[in-house]
Amino acid sequence: MLTQTEGSHAVAEAVARCRPEVICAYPISPQTHIVEGLGSMVKSGALANCEFINVESEFAAMSVAIGASAAGARAYTATASQGLLFMAEAVFNAAGLGLPIVMTVANRAIGAPINIWNDHTDAMSQRDCGWIQLFAEDNQEALDLHIQAFRLGEELSLPVMVCMDGFILTHAYERVDIPEQAQVDAYLPRYEPRQVLDPAEPVSIGAMVGPEAFMEVRYLAHAKQMQALELIPGYAEEFRAVFGRNSGGLLHPYRMEDADTVVVALGSVLGTVKDTVDEMRDKGARIGVLGITCFRPWPHAAVRAALAGAKRVVVLEKSLAVGLGGIVSSNVHNSLAAPETPVHTVIAGLGGRTITRASLHKAFGRAISGKLEALSFLDLDRAAVDRVLVREREVRRSGPIAEAVLRDMGAPGARIG
Amino acid sequence: MFQIRIHGRGGQGVVTAAEMLSVAAFRESRFAQAFPSFGSERTGAPVVAFCRIDDWAIRLREPVLHPDALIIQDPTLLHQVDVFSGLVRDGYILINTSRSFSELGLGEFVRGFHVQHLCTVPATELALKHVGRPVPNAALLGGFAAVSGRIGIESVLTAIREKFPAKIADGNVAAARAAYDYVLGEMQEVSRAHAN
Repeated sequence: MLTQTEGSHAVAEAVARCRPEVICAYPISPQTHIVEGLGSMVKSGALANCEFINVESEFAAMSVAIGASAAGARAYTATASQGLLFMAEAVFNAAGLGLPIVMTVANRAIGAPINIWNDHTDAMSQRDCGWIQLFAEDNQEALDLHIQAFRLGEELSLPVMVCMDGFILTHAYERVDIPEQAQVDAYLPRYEPRQVLDPAEPVSIGAMVGPEAFMEVRYLAHAKQMQALELIPGYAEEFRAVFGRNSGGLLHPYRMEDADTVVVALGSVLGTVKDTVDEMRDKGARIGVLGITCFRPWPHAAVRAALAGAKRVVVLEKSLAVGLGGIVSSNVHNSLAAPETPVHTVIAGLGGRTITRASLHKAFGRAISGKLEALSFLDLDRAAVDRVLVREREVRRSGPIAEAVLRDMGAPGARIG
Repeated sequence: MFQIRIHGRGGQGVVTAAEMLSVAAFRESRFAQAFPSFGSERTGAPVVAFCRIDDWAIRLREPVLHPDALIIQDPTLLHQVDVFSGLVRDGYILINTSRSFSELGLGEFVRGFHVQHLCTVPATELALKHVGRPVPNAALLGGFAAVSGRIGIESVLTAIREKFPAKIADGNVAAARAAYDYVLGEMQEVSRAHAN
């Protein structure tokens, strides 16, 4: 049914139609509306045969999800930011044990300095933990990816993280098609666990593994992620057949035909990037966009093929590997058939900094004219940075940095955007 | 694309107003997007929310930097926040006040604007009368339907009924309708004054 609603509400409706049996969560912005919605559906009985468990922390949320999943239940949770970090040990365990939990990460920055706004630092911090990571471009895709996530995760016995931009998507009202229960039932079969804690047939899950076998177990985790690369395009195709729309898959190429310059990005910023690219195309620029929907596993061959014709690549990313630069761009660089192709990393939108078409026009234009640095920071206030650096040179007790930058900038509340 | 920016303070229903406006546009089979400015929401702090309406799916995620219309829920913001930033030439301005643009000190600023695009409506008073609480958002959407002609009043009332439980909706619907009538009356007065 077509409806105009909040992204979080749309995701809650989608998760409910996946018939989860255990939902455990701890509130943290900007994820909270999703589990609130699910909680009220469980309470009202609209979501039947499901236990909603309030837990005392994110660590407990993931631990309960692990227990539920190991007992054969379809388990779901959601978190963001510091919450994801707090559950990190259990996040690795869920992947290592091969338990197909689905978790929404409403992407948010990581402190310090404390910041509730959107970027991708939280999800990127867990990129190598063994979970599949899918990134939604809009609320329709966020909704759809959850349905595909249960299918994919349960087939492979691997957990799946659905990443959607905090606030920008979770709190945005837009048109979404919420599927009928019968459609979801037709697409998502009953959960048939590969391993289950059953008193009738006792097994242990989570044995200690020594040097003789650890490498093999880890290799099998990698092999499973490689299997996901094979399955994901087919699941997206089946999804299209049942629901009538394109969602998911490995990559979203856009206006890539004859493109010399390709912008690579993940998540909701792709919309703004596509609008910018349309305007540049109208003026004759040969520029296209490659959206990464599946970030883990990394679709190496698909990225390599998609970028084969590119003369330069601009990777726009909402996370910063401090001391290195780009995370996504390092992955992209690895996949280039011609490693000498320039890859420009543009760090943007950290901590909710607005990414505007105007700024993207400038950055992409500079890339085309060969003037864009290898690593740049979109709309960085260089003067503010320099004032701090000067003060640190001149004064030993220069004080806390975040507070100094804020003081220099005056009252940011008075600005729009 | 038609872009609206709503300025107000925490507790005045600024975000809800943008959401309801997007629902109203959806009810008219248009595409719409509404989102808040994501500040740390505190009662009384300046809050901004945005709404875009178009005939095609909206992909753009930047804030509304060049609004076609401004709804100002709290006139005390006029001297605190650059509410007019980026307003397009001849854009619409609707302010919640019982005073006029010149009484607010904006006479000079709006010189040259299309007079039919400038309106004030005492939305808080209308809300107190019909809702019993000083929440001007629904009334302002009624006023916006009148001044802009970009959205039908019936769609606005439908959106209000979708958003609120019946009892609260009734008062807000009455406030929106009263504001709609008030603004239409104000516009007729302006056009009569111009005709003379």
